[in-house]
Amino acid sequence: MADLSVNIGNLKLCNPVMTASGTFGYGKEYEDFVDLEKIGGIIVKGTTLHHREGNPYPRMAETPMGMLNAVGLQNKGVDYFVEHIYPQIKDIHTNMIVNVSGSAVEDYVKTAGIINELDHIPAIELNISCPNVKQGGMAFGVSACGCSEVVKAVRNVYKKTLIVKLSPNVTDITEIARAAEASGADSVSLINTLLGMAVDAEKRRPVLSTITGGMSGAAVKPIALRMVWQVAKAVNIPVIGLGGIMGWKDAVEFMLAGATAIQIGTANFIDPAITVKVSEGINDYLERHGYTSVKDIIGALEV
Amino acid sequence: MKKYILDLVVTQNIKLHANYVLIKLTHANPLPEMLPGQFAEIRIDGSNTTFLRRPISINYVDKATNEVWFLVQLVGDGTRKLATVKQGDIVNVVMPLGNGFTMPRDVTKVKPLLVGGGVGTAPMLMLGAELVKMGCEPAFLLGARSSKDLLQLEHFERLGKVYTTTEDGSMGEKGYVTQHSILHTDRFDMIYTCGPKPMMVSVAKYAKAHGIECEVSLENKMACGVGACLCCVENTDEGHLCVCKEGPVFNIKKLLWQI
Repeated sequence: MADLSVNIGNLKLCNPVMTASGTFGYGKEYEDFVDLEKIGGIIVKGTTLHHREGNPYPRMAETPMGMLNAVGLQNKGVDYFVEHIYPQIKDIHTNMIVNVSGSAVEDYVKTAGIINELDHIPAIELNISCPNVKQGGMAFGVSACGCSEVVKAVRNVYKKTLIVKLSPNVTDITEIARAAEASGADSVSLINTLLGMAVDAEKRRPVLSTITGGMSGAAVKPIALRMVWQVAKAVNIPVIGLGGIMGWKDAVEFMLAGATAIQIGTANFIDPAITVKVSEGINDYLERHGYTSVKDIIGALEV
Repeated sequence: MKKYILDLVVTQNIKLHANYVLIKLTHANPLPEMLPGQFAEIRIDGSNTTFLRRPISINYVDKATNEVWFLVQLVGDGTRKLATVKQGDIVNVVMPLGNGFTMPRDVTKVKPLLVGGGVGTAPMLMLGAELVKMGCEPAFLLGARSSKDLLQLEHFERLGKVYTTTEDGSMGEKGYVTQHSILHTDRFDMIYTCGPKPMMVSVAKYAKAHGIECEVSLENKMACGVGACLCCVENTDEGHLCVCKEGPVFNIKKLLWQI
């Protein structure tokens, strides 16, 4: 058995496999299928300061090798999370990480401040990249100065590991990544979904209630991989790679391109036990190639 | 109820007619407990237009043969591909998902009507069978475009009285289920329904107008099937709820339908 552990800021992950926010609920939804403690980190559903009903139905469209979603950050707000959800997940023996979303800097700051007080939440992932909400944070994620503003403000109140989730819907993602690093982020995760659209030709109408939505799934992998490669070269903080990872081989590719850890999102819908299979697959790969630690393949791409 | 990821083996794939197949699947071990109204997420392999699993309701569970049945209407690439499975093929299934129909507390006093439209008759077979097992006498009101779309009638007839409607009048009364004369002549205490949304809305209207308890089974487009992605939401008195996790069965009192 190779050493699969990696570090992200102060986080120690038993293996580099994490789950992407919005695809794994609060973890409990998948406990019948996988041993949650065998997952390096679970990033729970996007949490905002106030309750959000999200967008109207329909919120989903299947696309070639992928899907579009327009959920719109439906969640019951951070107070509900603290009172009702945190007690149910705090004893799950892995890194339970909260994805924090908002539409104003003060909202991010207040939400992060509340979560900072929760002993069993060792990190947050700051979502400055949701494409499905008007001012859903993506406004902060598409410019270096917007990113700096929100990351600095949150860094002031949030003392644990701060991961910033980046949007791919930008001209130069490395510029945003560098701004996040300079503003105090411990890590960046990328990519969030790509803005896309689906049309129902027979009905001459958009499929999604919001017309556009966030694209994910196998189809986005080459774009995600390219962005992870670029960002890993541009920053000195650990990069968490995600976007279209469907199996262990994809995960290894992201790590070779420079990711310290990876997240699995849409693939959870296709195989609810995929997370554990990916970490087992990474281990097999390491053993087959004679590596003793997964750290040896991070950024080991030969070009 | 515990959910499982299972590789099931196809025992039979029966073509009911051009647009429907009945697929029977088994497993080396006893199948998990399943409730009428629950569904499965079935993996379709191989094509770039069938990326996600397909939610299909459980049609019937044959405990004697350890088989679960799925009635599949061929509507798109996924269901068309699923319809080509052959005996011995492996089908990867996540089940059982969602909540089943509420079973009556005092079976001797309840006269249930099970209303199904098109492929929406599928969960009514298992529900009818469970009600009979409990000592209930369910009646079935089944509707379709024409006689060839009325499926599994021989199975329903073994469970109780069957009333039918067809839009073209080729079998039973002509028209929609909610126009059937039985709704004027008989009195029911509980209505369960599954089918096209306009049909369920009409059934719900009838139930509400007559003060009858009514549960509907919804089939909103979904991805995860377990309440994680929040794609398949329905508007309810508690806000957006997931059809996959909080449903697919809802009491009509919970829904914000204009009825």
